[in-house]
Amino acid sequence: MAVPVFAPWDDPTQKPLIQFKGVTKRFGDFTAIDNQTLDIYTREFFALLGPSGCGKTTMMRMLAGFEQPTEGQILIGGKDMKGVPPNEREVNMMFQSYALFPHLSVWENIAFGLRRMNQSKDVLEARVEEMLRLTRLTKFAKRKPHQISGGQRQRVALARSLARAPKLLLLDEPLGALDKKLREETQFELMDIQEKTGTTFVIVTHDQEEAMTVASRIAVMDEGRVIQVATPSNIYEAPNSVYVADFIGDVNIIEGAAKRAGDGYDITWAEGVAPLHTRKEEGELIAIPDGGKAYLAIRPEKVAIHTEKPQGMTNAVQGRIIDVAYLGNLSTYHVRLANGTMVRAQTANTRRLALRPFTWEDEVWLSWTDTAAILLAE
Amino acid sequence: MRRLSWFNVTSLTLGFAFLYLPMVILVIYSFNASKLVTVWAGFSTKWYGELLQNQAFLDAAWVTLKVGVAASTLATVLGTMAALVLVRAGRFPGRTLFSGMIYAPLVMPEVITGLSLLLLFISLGVDRGVFTIILAHTTFAMCYVSVVVSSRLVTFDQSLEEAALDLGCSPFSAFRLVTLPIIAPAVISGWLLAFTLSLDDLVIASFTAGPSATTLPIKIFSAVRLGVSPEINALCTIMISIVAVGVIGTSLATKRAAQRQKRDEQAAARAAG
Ligand SMILES: Nc1ncnc2c1ncn2[C@@H]1O[C@H](COP(=O)(O)OP(=O)(O)O)[C@@H](O)[C@H]1O
Ligand SMILES: [Mg+2]
Repeated sequence: MAVPVFAPWDDPTQKPLIQFKGVTKRFGDFTAIDNQTLDIYTREFFALLGPSGCGKTTMMRMLAGFEQPTEGQILIGGKDMKGVPPNEREVNMMFQSYALFPHLSVWENIAFGLRRMNQSKDVLEARVEEMLRLTRLTKFAKRKPHQISGGQRQRVALARSLARAPKLLLLDEPLGALDKKLREETQFELMDIQEKTGTTFVIVTHDQEEAMTVASRIAVMDEGRVIQVATPSNIYEAPNSVYVADFIGDVNIIEGAAKRAGDGYDITWAEGVAPLHTRKEEGELIAIPDGGKAYLAIRPEKVAIHTEKPQGMTNAVQGRIIDVAYLGNLSTYHVRLANGTMVRAQTANTRRLALRPFTWEDEVWLSWTDTAAILLAE
Repeated sequence: MRRLSWFNVTSLTLGFAFLYLPMVILVIYSFNASKLVTVWAGFSTKWYGELLQNQAFLDAAWVTLKVGVAASTLATVLGTMAALVLVRAGRFPGRTLFSGMIYAPLVMPEVITGLSLLLLFISLGVDRGVFTIILAHTTFAMCYVSVVVSSRLVTFDQSLEEAALDLGCSPFSAFRLVTLPIIAPAVISGWLLAFTLSLDDLVIASFTAGPSATTLPIKIFSAVRLGVSPEINALCTIMISIVAVGVIGTSLATKRAAQRQKRDEQAAARAAG
């Protein structure tokens, strides 16, 4: 039985929950967000990923209502949000600093938003208890924020922002203050809670692994613009630019001139060696004029390393091992090609150290398949 | 504790003597049984009893109390509002002028403040009395309150207020439910400071008081011109106690707030680290 795939962005009958339509945000003469158009769908776990200062927090603050777009429109549930103040939006935000109220107990912090909803006392108390259970905080209900650990505070902030059952939950670098192990646990907890509550999550992060783990789709941002929006696997396997390929994971970039050849392109990258070949399904191939500048992006784990010239491989290049990084389960070989280009090849360490055939200064061959490399125009 | 050298002990003693000897003498003579201020004739509390019989002093005390409570409350409200604008509004045209104008009365000679208020009241045709003293005291106490409150607001994390808005509060209820309880120690210190200032003000009060309303400092000042009486000593002793309680209360509140903030910051740093 086929499990229905969650992909509302591919379904033209679905209406997006959030629409950015040509949104520009300027602070003085500084453009923080530049003509942004973006759709986010109900029940998505949408990640905004980008380096510090690229405008992620500004996007969130516009959704929450703390900032107004300078130009363009933001729609939530089809309704224009222009002039709607934060307290009248069905949106809640978990702040980067958590912003827990220091004078209130954990219980009162979680109840704070519910008290603004004119519910009966029983309903309110039941909801607070439910949130405490969901975030495993029942034991700490009476404590003040300064009497609990960082991880617990993070969960209070989450419980508080979920308590009002918002349509949309905004999480601004929610796990930034946690150590690595706690962060990984919390990522799965977040996904679990998102699934249980059915809330749409928009999460901001500058940690690409975190985005890959939790998100249904990722928007990679740079200097106020979204460069690519795609599922984690598409972002990784089919980046649309060198920037995205480089931002997500490790990548080798080989620069050259492209020329249409057979079912793909030949890339001339150095003198006196055979061109590299790349192909894709028809329709997925980008158009590059003959002789135009092009980049080949190849992930290190897709590069094989050999002692002899491999037979029957179109893409085989020779070089010398400059460095070996031993990571336990993996080893990365840094190989310098004849024209000085550095290429990394990664292999799983299935054999004991002494049995591995490559070491520093060895002359080796690197190869990859026709479909392993991605051709990029920019 | 490190032992102090004889030099340190001497300078400490001299310094404190210089500051407090006059007051100590005043307090001691308030318990003098003799009517002659300069002749000690044994311990007695009779002057305190007589003070309670003196209707003129009691009336002045009542006026002073009314003025103090009303003016410091008004000054606290207005001063807190001014501090909010100064700290929050970021840059707006005329900001430097505005903040300068709020703090100017701090350094303005009281005589000038008093005189200008007097001229204002005369030109507006306002009868001078309790009401005008309240207004005058509010004016000069307000800037002290705004200094105290804005120094607290500078370190206030504004995302707390945004969180309150995000959770459904109107801007006013966000202030009432989140900002105000957190900055309350500073607001209380501001109030106590304003109250103390109002209590012992002579100059501005004498410009703005009318025949119908006399404050204690004015009363004392005019009584002393006819000669110092032990009754006045008793009255001053009471005022010294009230001011001392106010000042100590203010500094304790400020210190506790600072300690709490430090503790919170340390806890936050531990959580982040
Ligand atoms: N209120 C503001 N006034 C002026 N500049 C701002 C303001 N808020 C953000 N910026 C600027 O906008 C840019 C994007 O900020 P932000 O959205 O916080 O980035 P990110 O969250 O991706 O690190 C930064 O260069 C920042 O300095
Ligand atoms: Mg940010």
